[in-house]
Amino acid sequence: MTTPHAAVLAASSAPGFLSPTGVEVVFVLVGLVTLGAAVVAVTTRQLVHAAMWLVLALGGLAVEYLLLTAEFIAWVQVLIYVGSVVVLILFGLMLTKAPIGRSPDADSGNRPAALVAALAAAAALVALVVDAFRTAWIDLEEVQGSTEVTGEILFRHWVLPFEALSVLLLAALVGAVVLSRLRRAAAGDRPDRQGD
Amino acid sequence: MNDVLDVALRLAAVLVAFLVLPLVVGQAEHKTMAHMQGRLGPMHAGGFHGWAQLVADGVKFAQKEDVVPAGADRRIFRLAPAVALLPYLVVMLVIPVGPGGFVGQVVDAGLFFVLAVMGVGVLGSLMGGWASANKYSLLGGLRTAAQLMSYELPMLLAAASVAMAAGTLSLPGIVEAYQWWWTPWQLVGGLVFFTAGLAELQRPPFDMPVADSEIIFGAYTEYTGLRFAFFLLAEYAGIVVLCGLTTVLFLGGWHGPFADTLGWVWTLLKTAALAFVVIWLRVTYPRMREDQLMKLAWTVLIPLALAQIALTGVVKVVFL
Repeated sequence: MTTPHAAVLAASSAPGFLSPTGVEVVFVLVGLVTLGAAVVAVTTRQLVHAAMWLVLALGGLAVEYLLLTAEFIAWVQVLIYVGSVVVLILFGLMLTKAPIGRSPDADSGNRPAALVAALAAAAALVALVVDAFRTAWIDLEEVQGSTEVTGEILFRHWVLPFEALSVLLLAALVGAVVLSRLRRAAAGDRPDRQGD
Repeated sequence: MNDVLDVALRLAAVLVAFLVLPLVVGQAEHKTMAHMQGRLGPMHAGGFHGWAQLVADGVKFAQKEDVVPAGADRRIFRLAPAVALLPYLVVMLVIPVGPGGFVGQVVDAGLFFVLAVMGVGVLGSLMGGWASANKYSLLGGLRTAAQLMSYELPMLLAAASVAMAAGTLSLPGIVEAYQWWWTPWQLVGGLVFFTAGLAELQRPPFDMPVADSEIIFGAYTEYTGLRFAFFLLAEYAGIVVLCGLTTVLFLGGWHGPFADTLGWVWTLLKTAALAFVVIWLRVTYPRMREDQLMKLAWTVLIPLALAQIALTGVVKVVFL
């Protein structure tokens, strides 16, 4: 949330980096665990293990949101990513081969390119966030991201992006339906027998 | 010091409830099924109606060898029962039992918390299904995932309708805002929520993922001993959680005569009545086929849930 907030103090009155509070220490530690899990998730040769490490990384992110007192966002993170996206990934892995143990063909030869793309994306995001917030400081003593605040910001200040996103999702949904219909039509236009 | 004691007592109380209530539901299921199907079942252990059979079953589970199949992925195989069971313990923390802070822990967005954590529990079945290195387990895991995908949406929509009506996501807040006419107002949403919850728990008639006549016992086929018992316990804990949530969201939780002093009794009574319905449904209905399951979710439950949301919105704007 980039809206100027009363609790975002100027740098001059902000605490320094040399005397971290307990929350900050935990924040950094959980961040390290999240980063480690994410790295293992993309380097392990065992496909389903990668999905499990992804659960840890996404769960770590939820904990970070919690530490920033954004409770609602944290639960949505768990609900959408751990509860749905990972289940979808596991479903896909089970539909394909996903052997137990190492997958010898998990190395695609695109590793260097993927590494470059990942590093570039990370650098861009870090630069963006650092530049956007600079010395802003959030006072975590009081709850900043309660459901009420999140809802108000989302539906007052950010309602247009929110609606644009919903249109995008609707387009994706319609596209998926069209694609599945196309394939069925190409397969010989047999009557729909699912219902009987 | 008092705060620490308070938190410890609350955690201990939730843990006791977590250990006792699922077993009570399990025992009630044995006895109710036996009577409904006109058969006795084990009647001797302990004397009265064979009440000690449950204890004997527990001892049996603890004594059995803990087998991990040779081809299995050992770590994930062993982790899966814990992943299936623990989320329900966490959910029980936030279900309000009585007025005035009679709850393990108040969570601001409690409704979302509950739905999010319940979704995590299903990961345990998926992990077990994949890691067992067994075709039937894999099929069971696939069916579990497909079922969860389809039924999560109507459940969320029905819960959203209640949140809209109450104007809050906090579970105690929802119960406090409850009026008696909410039950008829949210009736459709309540039915959708309960049905989708049954499907998420893989209870009959939605037990295709563990259909014993086709795929033995689905994702749990290879499990023995205590780990298998954990999966069973997770199912019964899930029944308690689902019935408790339906009570809190749709039946007014602790509201009833003498709610100030006897509120928790009302919550427990309503939960128990719903748990009885869950057992009753198991005895009454045959298992649904996979395509029937999907059809029910996407062509019946989701439109009903959307209609409920529309109704909630209209009533909220026009009459309140």
